[in-house]
Amino acid sequence: MKIIKEALAGTLESSDLLVKVTPLPEDRVDVVIQSEVMHQFGEQIRQVVLATLQQLGLISGQVVIEDKGALDCAIRARVQAAILRGAAVDQLDWSKLS
Amino acid sequence: MKLRRSMLFLPGANAAMLSTAFVFKPDSIMFDLEDAVSLREKDAARLLVFHALQNPVYRDIETVVRINPLNTPFGLADLEAVVRAGVDIVRLPKTDSAADVHELEAEVERIEKACGREVGSTKLMAAIESASGVVNALSIATSSQRMIGIALAGFDYVMDMQTERGDGTELFYARCAVLHAARVAGIDAFDVVYSDVNDEEGFLKEVELIKKLGFNGKSLINPRQIELLHNAYAPTEEDVDYAHRVVAAAEKAEREGLGVVALNGKMIDAPIVNHAKRVLQKAQASGVRK
Repeated sequence: MKIIKEALAGTLESSDLLVKVTPLPEDRVDVVIQSEVMHQFGEQIRQVVLATLQQLGLISGQVVIEDKGALDCAIRARVQAAILRGAAVDQLDWSKLS
Repeated sequence: MKLRRSMLFLPGANAAMLSTAFVFKPDSIMFDLEDAVSLREKDAARLLVFHALQNPVYRDIETVVRINPLNTPFGLADLEAVVRAGVDIVRLPKTDSAADVHELEAEVERIEKACGREVGSTKLMAAIESASGVVNALSIATSSQRMIGIALAGFDYVMDMQTERGDGTELFYARCAVLHAARVAGIDAFDVVYSDVNDEEGFLKEVELIKKLGFNGKSLINPRQIELLHNAYAPTEEDVDYAHRVVAAAEKAEREGLGVVALNGKMIDAPIVNHAKRVLQKAQASGVRK
């Protein structure tokens, strides 16, 4: 899966996160994470984000995340929403999104 | 018997509410993918609800999802997501006939088989929002073994009836029709939301009316209404005391092999004993009315 257009998902409200995805000219995935709880949960957030990207099979695109203390389930949902929007995917295989 | 006094609506696109609503302990939480979600956020809300349903914090609370109608571009995708995520109950909006429920049930069964979920484990409820729905309430309520309840949705209904919300007169026939249909079908009946969250007096007046009519509970739009509703539905000390005596008398009669139960010289039949057991169950769930 490749990001083919800029896309956003989420908000900057408390307990949410904003995910922005941007196309890259080559097959490379860049991930930037900023979080209000980076000190306590930074590694866990990174693990959730990377696992979500791997599950989707993302091979090209930049993913910038601004986290406002979201739960893991919200992180998964927002990252998936942004990637699927940026890759212009309409038909989902729900069994691969759990 | 599952108590369903409070069904709290949560906008499916709101991550903060989805992350915290379980702390308010309504009897059921209803994630809304329909009217509370804008068209451009339907995809993101569906994903949020899909993951929230699988969050362990919702393991001990009954989950309901109001999907979009199946004749929209969103309804079937909503259903795929929530059945696979393990939702307890799917709420179908704008249900006008039993055929609407049959169509939903066929899709639910297909998805259950596809994802390996036990067939029949996804329960259904129908929201009745039109004159057609009210007239067909009985056939809707009895349309499927999966049905656990029917709910009256006031706003769309009064629009369809060319009237507006007022003192409740405008809902009287619909409330009674929905309630009778539910009782014939042996399922639960839920009343409309009370949208003025700052008007506690008006809310409690409406709760007193629907409780007297016999509704199991009410759809709620604000967590502040939960405690008010549960307290209004809680039995009084006198109710609990009498229920204890009824149940004790019934148990004594059963032990002694008596066919007729009497308490203080009055005959007590099975419906009174069942009612007493429900009173005790409510008291256990929400305590005695304050």
